[in-house]
Amino acid sequence: MKDTIWTKPFYYVIAFVFASISLYPIILMILSSFKPSREIFMNPLSLPKSFSLETYQTLLDQIPFMTYFYNSAIVSVTSVLLILVTTSLAAFYIARYTFWWNNYLFFFFLMGMMIPIKLGIVPLFVIMKNLDLLNSLWSLIFMYTAQGIPLSILILTGFFRTMQRELEEAARMDGASDLRILWNVVLPLMRPAIGTVAIINFIQSWNDFFFPLIFITDELKKTIPVGMLSLFGEHSADWGALFAGLTLSSLPMIVLFFIASKQFMEGLTAGAVK
Amino acid sequence: MELEINKKLNRKKQKRNWKRWAIHLFPVPAIIVYGLFIVYPLLAALSYSFFDWNGMIRGDFVGFKNFVNLFTLEPFSGFFWNSFGHNIIYFVVQLVFQNAIAFFLAYLIYKKLKFGEFFKIALFLPRLLSVIVVGFLWKLILNPNFGALNVLLGKFGLENLQKAWLGDPDTALITIILVNCWFGIGFMLLIFLAGFQAIPKELLEAATLDGAKEFKMMKTIMLPLMIPSIMITTVLTFIQSFEAFELVYAMQGSQGEPYHSTDTLAVYFYRLAFGGSTGDSTAIGLGSALAVVLFIFISTFTALLLKFMQKKEVEM
Repeated sequence: MKDTIWTKPFYYVIAFVFASISLYPIILMILSSFKPSREIFMNPLSLPKSFSLETYQTLLDQIPFMTYFYNSAIVSVTSVLLILVTTSLAAFYIARYTFWWNNYLFFFFLMGMMIPIKLGIVPLFVIMKNLDLLNSLWSLIFMYTAQGIPLSILILTGFFRTMQRELEEAARMDGASDLRILWNVVLPLMRPAIGTVAIINFIQSWNDFFFPLIFITDELKKTIPVGMLSLFGEHSADWGALFAGLTLSSLPMIVLFFIASKQFMEGLTAGAVK
Repeated sequence: MELEINKKLNRKKQKRNWKRWAIHLFPVPAIIVYGLFIVYPLLAALSYSFFDWNGMIRGDFVGFKNFVNLFTLEPFSGFFWNSFGHNIIYFVVQLVFQNAIAFFLAYLIYKKLKFGEFFKIALFLPRLLSVIVVGFLWKLILNPNFGALNVLLGKFGLENLQKAWLGDPDTALITIILVNCWFGIGFMLLIFLAGFQAIPKELLEAATLDGAKEFKMMKTIMLPLMIPSIMITTVLTFIQSFEAFELVYAMQGSQGEPYHSTDTLAVYFYRLAFGGSTGDSTAIGLGSALAVVLFIFISTFTALLLKFMQKKEVEM
């Protein structure tokens, strides 16, 4: 691959331009959150004159942000845990036992990856209503669990299949039950796969706003994304507070990303590439 | 004594039987949750589409009436074809501005550009934001009076480019799609990058020794080997384009403002199923019919796309 003198710098320019387009709005969001509204209107592009947390105070006065945050955290963590439990059991069964229906079971689960579940939202609404789960965080927890199952099973099954069986067989000789083998022998060995599955599903449930939009109307049961919706509806005058809200709701994800960026990027593409 | 042993054996056998039976419980929780909240609703949506609905109460079986109305009865058919066209534009623009650019940038990073890791992270970062945050953030940036974009254009002396991007029916749709590209480009880039990295190095080295120029190498060696990644990204983009809802809803509301110029099938579906922000009544039967049409459309074209690209792969 030979390059002329001009190609390399040209490539760098292009890459920098696109990287700036990607980053600039996010930086602008964070910087603006430290400015009072009138400063945003006057100098939208400049650095804040002084870092004040005033806008954050305004935000917290206007909406029950901490409640939203708490709801989001409960929903995301619970659904990720449920996904890990249900799918590691199911994937273990599919990958390690050879009943004739196992392949059918596998395809049954994979089907869910090709069909957008949004299309079933009307019956889902009816189901949630009949189960008395509307305006309950459980509606979201069940939804995210169900939605996460196909991809998680695909990833975990793939991982189980590449794992050696010796340890499991040794444990079985010692009379360990299947559940014990899965819990004590297999799961500790598959931390990377578990991490990937946890991260994909965490992003998914933390950021989703379609299901809470439909299932949740109670102000105190809203998650961050739908909570933000009301902010923009009613208080659209205070830009500083708006930026503070956007920053605050993205912060957990961005912090997590910088702790485990590799896992994030691998996780999100795992489903597509495998 | 003998009885005792027998008893013991029996108990052991029972225990083993139980163990053998217990393993079949393993997939049950997943099947229940997935069956109840994914499979059943999709099947139910199909059955809903064949009935008349009065609010949330089911009426008579009406055969294909809902489907016929969806395609031919105004204003429903007008909304349908209008948003269908927008979905097609969504798909095409994303292919060009998201996937083609992502492909090119992935190639640059693959060619061991310095700071490759930084570029990767920078381009991926928007993907971490919730779509609603993306929508609101850009709504603020694109604000005609105080938004950063118009101010920035002014600073560069490009006043004549300043616009009410989201308020003008001519630019609103394309603006939203470009915001969607901003959000999704890093994800596509990662898929392409994984594809490039999977190309066997020996092939490229051999070609370099034979004196192949960069463009030719791209065309004859890399592109054919990249077909699987191109296939995945195209199919994903297709599905996403026809599902497009969140961003339009966040930026332009459930009516696809201004004047339905940003309406998509999924937004229209939401309106039919749950009523719009303007207090339209719900139309469950029509909404379900639309869901079924969308489902058939998405699955058919996904299958066709996959087939077409697989054939291409073999030819090359």
